[in-house]
Amino acid sequence: MDALIAPLLNGSAQGALLLLAALGLSLTFGQMGVINMAHGEFLMIGAFAAYLVQQVISASNLSIPVALPVAFVVAGLFGLLLEVTIIQWMYRRPLDTLLVTVGVGLILQQAALHIFPSQGVPVEKPGWLDGQLNILGYQWPLRQLFTIVLAAVCVAALAAWLKYSSFGRRIRATVHNRDLAETSGIPTRTVDRLTFFVGSGLAGVAGVAASLIGGTNSQMGAQYIIPAFLVVAAGGIGQLKGTILAGWAVGVALSFFAYWTTGSLAQVLAFILVIVFLQLRPQGLFTVRTRSLV
Amino acid sequence: MTKLKPWLSLSGIGVFAVLLLAVAPLMLTDHWLNNLGKYCCWAIAAVGIGLAWGRGGMLVMGQGVFFALGAYAMAMHLTLETAGDRIPGFMVLYDPLAPLPVFWEPFRSAGFTLLAIVVLPVVLAGVLGYALFKRRVKGAYFAILSQALAVALATLISSTIRETGGDTGLSDFKYFFGFVLNDPANKQLVFLIAATLLIVCLLAVWQLYRSRFGELLVATRDAEERVRFLGYDPANVKLVAFVVAALMASIAGAMFVPIVGIITPAEIGAAASILMIAGVALGGRASLFGPALGAMAVGWGQSSLGSTWPDGWTYILGLLFIVVILFLPNGLSSLPARFAAMRRSPERQTVPAVAAAELEEVRA
Repeated sequence: MDALIAPLLNGSAQGALLLLAALGLSLTFGQMGVINMAHGEFLMIGAFAAYLVQQVISASNLSIPVALPVAFVVAGLFGLLLEVTIIQWMYRRPLDTLLVTVGVGLILQQAALHIFPSQGVPVEKPGWLDGQLNILGYQWPLRQLFTIVLAAVCVAALAAWLKYSSFGRRIRATVHNRDLAETSGIPTRTVDRLTFFVGSGLAGVAGVAASLIGGTNSQMGAQYIIPAFLVVAAGGIGQLKGTILAGWAVGVALSFFAYWTTGSLAQVLAFILVIVFLQLRPQGLFTVRTRSLV
Repeated sequence: MTKLKPWLSLSGIGVFAVLLLAVAPLMLTDHWLNNLGKYCCWAIAAVGIGLAWGRGGMLVMGQGVFFALGAYAMAMHLTLETAGDRIPGFMVLYDPLAPLPVFWEPFRSAGFTLLAIVVLPVVLAGVLGYALFKRRVKGAYFAILSQALAVALATLISSTIRETGGDTGLSDFKYFFGFVLNDPANKQLVFLIAATLLIVCLLAVWQLYRSRFGELLVATRDAEERVRFLGYDPANVKLVAFVVAALMASIAGAMFVPIVGIITPAEIGAAASILMIAGVALGGRASLFGPALGAMAVGWGQSSLGSTWPDGWTYILGLLFIVVILFLPNGLSSLPARFAAMRRSPERQTVPAVAAAELEEVRA
């Protein structure tokens, strides 16, 4: 039984982190058809923001709660900057946008290497995240629980924002039919920018969570971008419930594969799993029903 | 242009061949000739990328995978050739008594190795391409799945130290099919083989572009649905281009090993695959010579700038992506045509073919 529960718990936490990393990617992909390959670097920016916040309010239990909104805003602003300077000119050239953001990612990585020590920086784990919680007879490390709760809060907030706010309605309208939304007076360009801000901000939040689990260095974003995209692809474009389910599934699958084999073989197996899955459902778990010929 | 004047492209290849095969060996020092050989390898892979991406619209971000297949097949053979009857040195280091891994054994044979360099990428690209194209996986999905494969393979090789040398890779090859590798004359021979292979790949692609298949490939890129309605299966057209590109990457990898003398996971992972794309984008993805020349330029930039100024090189590479793709989506090779068009009618702006294709994709 333990052989099943331990990877399941672990995988759920890993899946929550993947979900956080994929959330913003899925949002911007669904909204603008843009794959932002610098998304991983925005995650890195969030992690470094957490470190900088800790430099200011050191040795305090408050540092992480403060770091989360700071990371959201900082990464979001970087995203906004990217949208305004580059992405808006690449409109309707999705593959080219993908490549341009690869270039942006390279520059951000190198800049991080310049500014911060090359071995990375330590983000202090606050005391209240040590220790474990006993649920149903199993010991859950608080750090993993924190990731899961954080992911749940972000998903809930995003879902509520998309569903109930007027901006959320505009976003959904634009995703469904951009031309029609535009004709009915929705400022789609402004909607794009705000979406990009929120999507990138979510990457920043994911970065804070990642900094509590793994290392914080210039390479960390590159580790997350591919798994995050696999989650988006498996979940279906612009589908929140698909992304949630796929994030959890890929996390658990990775965890189980790593438990049975090795960490690196697990990555290959997860990749094969996603390919096989795309054979069964090429559009991902959930799809928007359209009449277009794809 | 290629269509109107096939002889012009052909004579271009001829000039290129003379420069590479006759002028370069006479003019360059051994060191630079060896470097040029390395650039030729990247150029071979780039010609394939130009076919798949530039003409076919499939952004292959993981050509490192196929590069790796050829490179490791060759490296395993050369390692065994160097080790002779004994177990390769790096394996002894980890476990002196363990036998040679089973999958190494056939690579003792030169014939099997050469066959593997050709067959392995064709089989893998065939299976993968069939699975993806038949289910109409394309665009960004295809690009990132191919990159995911490169990352996965690089991680796998990194972690299997005893079987593949891990992060240190395979190196210290003494012989190349019986020739002593350290001999400058033999090094020159290896260069000539690589350069010849590059010319052959250019000729093959030149012929493909002129053929009915080339027309279909471009048609598939620009309007896949229409091709389907005309009764062709776009999946098969893409599959052929993808497999040919994979084969070229594998050949490039196989020649890279004797020229550079080492193969590591770093040469095949995401970063290396991105570097190949950068060259193709710079030169002009859809043109005949663009990918090869672009790859050589990027290779040269990396070895001259990258060694003296590695930080700056990464910035330059990043900027290269942004500037070229933002302002010059069809690469440097589109500049002459652009200037000519501007002279004819300054106000006429043409949508680049590739951008038009993606527009189609967004609408669909």
